[in-house]
Amino acid sequence: MRTALQFWPDSASTVSGEVNLFFICMLVLCGTVATGIAVFLIYSAIRYHRKRENEMGDQTRNIIPAEVTWIVTPTVLFMGIFLWGAKMYFDIERPPNDAIPMYVVAKQWMWKVQHPEGQREINELHIPVGRPVKLTMTSQDVIHSFFVPAFRTKQDVLPGRYTTEWFEATKPGKYHLFCAEYCGTKHSGMIGYVYAMAPADYQAWLTQGAPEGSLSAQGEKYFHQYGCANCHHFDNQGRCPDLRNLYMRPVQISTGQYLTADDSYLRESIYDPNAKIVYGFQANIMPNFSGQIPEDQVVALISYIKALGPSPGDQMPSSNGEVPKAYGQQPGIAGPNATSGSGSHLEQR
Amino acid sequence: MLIDTVAKPTVKNYLNVKQGILSWLLTTDHKRIGLLYTFSITVLFFLGGFFALMMRLELLSPRNWLVSNETYNKLFTMHGIIMVWFFLIPSIPNTLGNFLVPMMIGAKDLAFPKINLASWYVFMIAACVTIYALFRGGVDTGWTFYTPFSSQFSTTYVIAAAIGIFISGFSSIMTGLNFIATIHRMRAPGLTWMRMPIFLWSTYATSVILVLATPVLAITLLMVAVERIFQVGIFDPALGGDPVLFQHMFWFYSHPAVYIMILPAFAVVSEIIPNFARKPLFGYKAVAFSSVAIAVIGFLVWGHHMFVAGTSVYSAMAFSILSYFVAVPSAIKVFNWTATIYKGSVSWETPMLYAIGFIGLFTIGGMTGLFLAALGFDVHVTDTYFVIAHFHYIMVGGSVMAFLGGFHYWWPKISGKMYPEGLGKIAALTVFLGFNLTFFPQFVLGYLGMPRRYAAYPEEFQMLHIISTAGATILGVGYILPLCYLIWSWKYGKPAGPNPWRAVGLEWTTSSPPPPHNFKETPVVYWRAYDFEAWKDRLGLVEREVEDD
Repeated sequence: MRTALQFWPDSASTVSGEVNLFFICMLVLCGTVATGIAVFLIYSAIRYHRKRENEMGDQTRNIIPAEVTWIVTPTVLFMGIFLWGAKMYFDIERPPNDAIPMYVVAKQWMWKVQHPEGQREINELHIPVGRPVKLTMTSQDVIHSFFVPAFRTKQDVLPGRYTTEWFEATKPGKYHLFCAEYCGTKHSGMIGYVYAMAPADYQAWLTQGAPEGSLSAQGEKYFHQYGCANCHHFDNQGRCPDLRNLYMRPVQISTGQYLTADDSYLRESIYDPNAKIVYGFQANIMPNFSGQIPEDQVVALISYIKALGPSPGDQMPSSNGEVPKAYGQQPGIAGPNATSGSGSHLEQR
Repeated sequence: MLIDTVAKPTVKNYLNVKQGILSWLLTTDHKRIGLLYTFSITVLFFLGGFFALMMRLELLSPRNWLVSNETYNKLFTMHGIIMVWFFLIPSIPNTLGNFLVPMMIGAKDLAFPKINLASWYVFMIAACVTIYALFRGGVDTGWTFYTPFSSQFSTTYVIAAAIGIFISGFSSIMTGLNFIATIHRMRAPGLTWMRMPIFLWSTYATSVILVLATPVLAITLLMVAVERIFQVGIFDPALGGDPVLFQHMFWFYSHPAVYIMILPAFAVVSEIIPNFARKPLFGYKAVAFSSVAIAVIGFLVWGHHMFVAGTSVYSAMAFSILSYFVAVPSAIKVFNWTATIYKGSVSWETPMLYAIGFIGLFTIGGMTGLFLAALGFDVHVTDTYFVIAHFHYIMVGGSVMAFLGGFHYWWPKISGKMYPEGLGKIAALTVFLGFNLTFFPQFVLGYLGMPRRYAAYPEEFQMLHIISTAGATILGVGYILPLCYLIWSWKYGKPAGPNPWRAVGLEWTTSSPPPPHNFKETPVVYWRAYDFEAWKDRLGLVEREVEDD
C-alpha cells in the first residue's frame, strides 16, 4: 500500500474541467437537498415520537400547493441538468476538424495504436499536449471500451464498425488507459498508459519507431500486395471506381443515394464490396476481403486512399497521411450528379 | 384488550391445518406458497451474497491474490444472475406479495391458486438449471450477456445459464398475470381502486411490467443461444449480425426490470410509514399514480445504458431527457413519505427504522441516477464503480432494506410470533452502517475511474477497496442476524395477536397466523387506505392531545 486515500482524479483534457464543475455543482445541489430531507426526516421522527401508546398522528391527507411545488421544482431542475449534460456530451462526442487522426484496433486483450506517421504502439498512446487527437477505433473480436479517466472520456470499441473518440490533453503526464467494457478473462489486464507530451518532445518521439514509413506508405504496400492496384488503376476508370479524390467526398451509389466516403464506408467497401456499389459500376466484380485483410492493414489502406493526391496523375501520398486541403473543392467521383453534392455533404459529418 | 386476544390453540390456521412435507409441496394456499418462495430465495440470496463476499475479499489487494481472473469473472456473473433473477425480481412480489395481496383485498386466495403453485415449481426448475451451470464450471459473461462475447467467445456454460433465466421468466409472467387478475376481479365489496393500499397499486404496476417486459428477455436470450449453437448471424458482426442490437433488446427488458425490483419496495415502505406514523399516507393519489407513471415511462429509457455504445447523439438526448422524466415520480414518492412522518405519531420499531433507512439510501441512489442520466457526465462514469454504487443503493439500499423492513412488519402476521425487538433494531442499524461503508467509497472509486469487473486494479485504488470490503463484512453480519432471530422467534417468539402494531389494513383484521381462507366472512370496506379516523375505535386510538407548540 504505497498510496494513501485518493479522492480526486487527474484532470488533463479540455473537457475535464467542465465535467469536474458539473460534478461539484451536482454534489452541492443534491447534497443540499438530501441533507434537507434527512434533517427534516430525523427532526420529524424525534419531534413527533409517539409519547402515548394509543395516540394517533395528525390526519392531514394532502396539501395541494406543497405537492405541486415538489412536482414542478424537480422537473424544472432536471431539465436544467439535462441541458448541461447534453451540451457537454456534444463537446465530448464531436471531434474538431483539425484533430490528428490515429487508429486503434482492440483485441482480447490489448490495444494496438497506429499513428499517421507510421509508429505503432501496444497498450500505449503518445500524444502531443494542446492538439486534438481523434481515434478511429475498431475491434477484432468482442466489444471493448477505450477509457482515459484523466480525460473524462470513453467510447465503446465495436467489432465490425468504426467508432470515434477525441480528446485534447492540456498537461503533460502519464495517464491510465482502461478497457471499460467487460471483454473476457483478462479484461482487467487490458490496460495501458496515455503519454501526453510537450509538442517538442512529441516531435522528437515521432522521428523514431516507424521503420516501415508512414501509415499511408504502409497502405500503399498492401495496396499492391493484395492486388488492389490490378483493377484500381489510376490512369482511367475501368471496371473499378477511381480512388483518387475520394476520401470524405460524396459518392453516389447504385440506389441513387449519396453518401460520404468516410472511414466506415471505405472499410465496408473492402470487407463487403457489394454492400454499396458506386453508381454506374457492377456488383460481384471485387472479391470480398472479409477475413483476408486484418483490421490494422485496412486502416493503412484507408490511410493510403486518404492520402491519394488531389489531382489526376499525382499518385504520391502526402507524407503524413493528412487529407490535403484541396479535397473540399474537388468534384465527386461518380454518378451523373456527383459534382453538385460536394461541400454540403462534407459538412454533415 | 380486544386486539391483544391470542388466538386459541384449537383454532386452525394455515400453518397447522395440514401437516407433512407433501401438504407444503402440493399446497395451493397463497400464504404457504409465499413461504415456499421465501425459503427458496433466502437460500439463493445467501449464495449470491457469498459470491459477493468472495469478490470483496479478492479486491482487498490490487493483484490477484485469492482467485484467478477466470474465477473472479464467474463470481461477478453468478452474483449478478442470482441476485437479479433469483432474488430481487421474485423477492417482494413472490413472498410478501403472494402472502398479502389476497388478504389486502379481502379475498380467499389469488385468482389462480394452481398457477401460483406452478410458478414456484417453474422457478425452482429455473434455479436448478442455473445452479447446474454453476456446478459445471460457471458462466463468465457478466449478468448482462453482452454479445458477441456471450454468443461466440465465452467458453463457459452460457446456454445453461440462459435457459435457467429463460425458464424463470415464465414464473415471473405467471405471478404477474395472477396478481393482475386478482387485483382486477377479486377486491372485497367497497374496495375501490382509490381505496386500495399503495402496496396493491405498486404490485399491480410491477405485474404489468413483468408481463410486458419478460417476453423480450426470453426472446433475446433465445437468440443468443441460437447464435451460439447454430452460428446464425444475429449479434456477431463476423456473421453479419449487430452487437448493439443485443444491447437494445437486453436493456428494453432490463431497465423496466429495475422497476420490477424497486416498485415492490415502494409498496412495502408505503405501508410501513403510515402505520408507524399513525397518519394517512401523504398525497395518496400522487403516490399511486407515480407507480403507474414509473411503469409506463420505465419502458422508454433503456437507451441510457448505451450512451458510449456507439448510438447517435440525438437518440442519446431523447433517452437522457426521458430518464429525467422517470425520476420525477420517484422524487414525488420520497417527498410524500417524508411529509407523512411530519406531525405523525412516530414509533421507532424495527420496520420503521428500515423504512427511514430506505428513504435515505433510495434518495442517494436516485440522486446519483440524476448524475448518470446527464450525457456528458455519464461518458466518464459509466462502466465504473460509480454505476455499481448507484444501482446497489437502489437494489440493496432500496429493495433489500424494504424487503427486510417488510418481513419484520408482517412477521407477526406470517408466523403469529413477535421477533425480538432489540435485536431487530441492532440488525437494522448494522445493515444501514455496513451498507454505507461498503458502497459509498465506490462512488469515489468510480469518479477516480476504477472500471467495473476488474479482478486486479492500479494500487492507488486499494485503500477505498479495503474500506468497502470492511463494510461488506459488517453488512454480512447484518443479514445473518435477522435470519437467526427470525427462525428462533418462529418457535420461541411471544404470540403476536392479530394486530400488534394497531395498523390499518384488511390483513390485520384476521387472526395471526391467518386461517386457511384468510377471513371468516368476506369483509366489506367502507374506509379509505390508512384511515385511522375510521379505525379509531376498533384500534382503541385517541387523538393526540394538543401540545404547546
